[in-house]
Amino acid sequence: MAEKIRILVGKPGLDGHDRGAKVIATAFRDAGFEVIYTGLHQTPEMIVEAAIQEDVDIVSISVLSGAHMTIFPRILELLREREASEIHVIGGGIIPPEDSEKLIAMGVGAIFGPGTPTGDAIAYVRNWWQKRAAGAQNA
Amino acid sequence: MAVQQTGGEAQQDAEVRELAERLAGGDLRAVARAISLVEDGTPLGWGLLDRLYPRTGRAQRLGVTGPPGSGKSTLVNALAQTLRERGERVAILAVDPTSPFSGGAILGDRVRMTAATRDPDLFVRSMASRGNLGGVSSATYEASEILEAAGYDRILIETVGVGQSELEIVELADTVALVLVPESGDAVQVMKAGIMEVADLFVINKYDREGGDRLVRELQLAMELSDWRRGGAWAPPICTTVATRGEGVREALDAAERHFAHLRGEHQRLTQVRAQKMQRRLRMLLNRVLLRHAWRDARIEDQLEAALARIAAREISPYRWVQEVLQSWRRQGEEQDG
Repeated sequence: MAEKIRILVGKPGLDGHDRGAKVIATAFRDAGFEVIYTGLHQTPEMIVEAAIQEDVDIVSISVLSGAHMTIFPRILELLREREASEIHVIGGGIIPPEDSEKLIAMGVGAIFGPGTPTGDAIAYVRNWWQKRAAGAQNA
Repeated sequence: MAVQQTGGEAQQDAEVRELAERLAGGDLRAVARAISLVEDGTPLGWGLLDRLYPRTGRAQRLGVTGPPGSGKSTLVNALAQTLRERGERVAILAVDPTSPFSGGAILGDRVRMTAATRDPDLFVRSMASRGNLGGVSSATYEASEILEAAGYDRILIETVGVGQSELEIVELADTVALVLVPESGDAVQVMKAGIMEVADLFVINKYDREGGDRLVRELQLAMELSDWRRGGAWAPPICTTVATRGEGVREALDAAERHFAHLRGEHQRLTQVRAQKMQRRLRMLLNRVLLRHAWRDARIEDQLEAALARIAAREISPYRWVQEVLQSWRRQGEEQDG
């Protein structure tokens, strides 16, 4: 049986806008990924714990509350603490370009802003997956 | 080539050993990884299952099944919380359907599993059914063995929302709870549904809604009328719950305990039942392996394309073609033996 891309889609923070998360979860499913959807109001701790138990390849979170500069770094930090840094982190939401750049410098793989076609995110995930598989073979 | 293969096997053995040790030491990442390896049907996964098998057999597997929207996830979450309060280590396997069109899945059971935050003794894993039609995935049992070897006393298995025929949970679980809701239907529906016969206990969830009492009465009547208490002795109790508020959850758990105690009690029922299930399991596992090897050895995949054209042109019937494939596979086997 072929390996499946497993991806966690979560929505940290207090705001209740989960439409974006649902849209991307559905798009990922239709692309053939296994999507672990954790729902609203997740703390970074909950997201990281779920990512580990579910053995996901990627964590994809949506932040609209403006708290992205605390939430993303915290998730990266927790993943490092749990020795799970190979889990890739991507995100979306309302995030100014200058913050996006900072987050990517910290280790976030990609940030997809509002209006990004879901196809872009899917292509990014597939591309990352293939690169990782090639890297594993060369190792 | 042979040398390379031996090297590969030695390396795999080492990987299996390392992963098994980490798993036994309570390393959650190792547990999670092991389940993925088993799910993907990798040789490493099989090696691991082989190594861990002696450490299985003690845990209780409680299956929770029922129609979509009956509150299975919420109930499983409440059951897990109660078990944690009693100090047990609990693992949950929650199965959701894979789309037959895209092969993808949205596994959303965690949304209701609020008890699973950062408690290392409560492990939750979502599984996609991956084409299996029985209400679980073909690797769910293997995943439960991994969890058992990792020291979880109690394994709760939540099936996909079932209709009348997704009954595979019976093969996986020692005790099956069938969750229904007051709207689940009239007595006729109750009596014809195949899923009724798998229940070791009934849970009427959302009991605060109208019609709960009626469903209880109808279930009681249906049980009196039928002889689905095969083997006698055990009459499935009917429990009523409001899982969102935790009402009746303790009683439902006690009922499951009584069933397990019944299995473990006189006549070694548990040993017998597990032996019967293992016999069916062995057939299934062997079928899986044989099929894979036969397809590969007889190069069936390579022949399919050409066969399709000939069959469409009515040069050969599908029935003749199948016989020919079988014969060529047999000849190949004989040549190898000779």
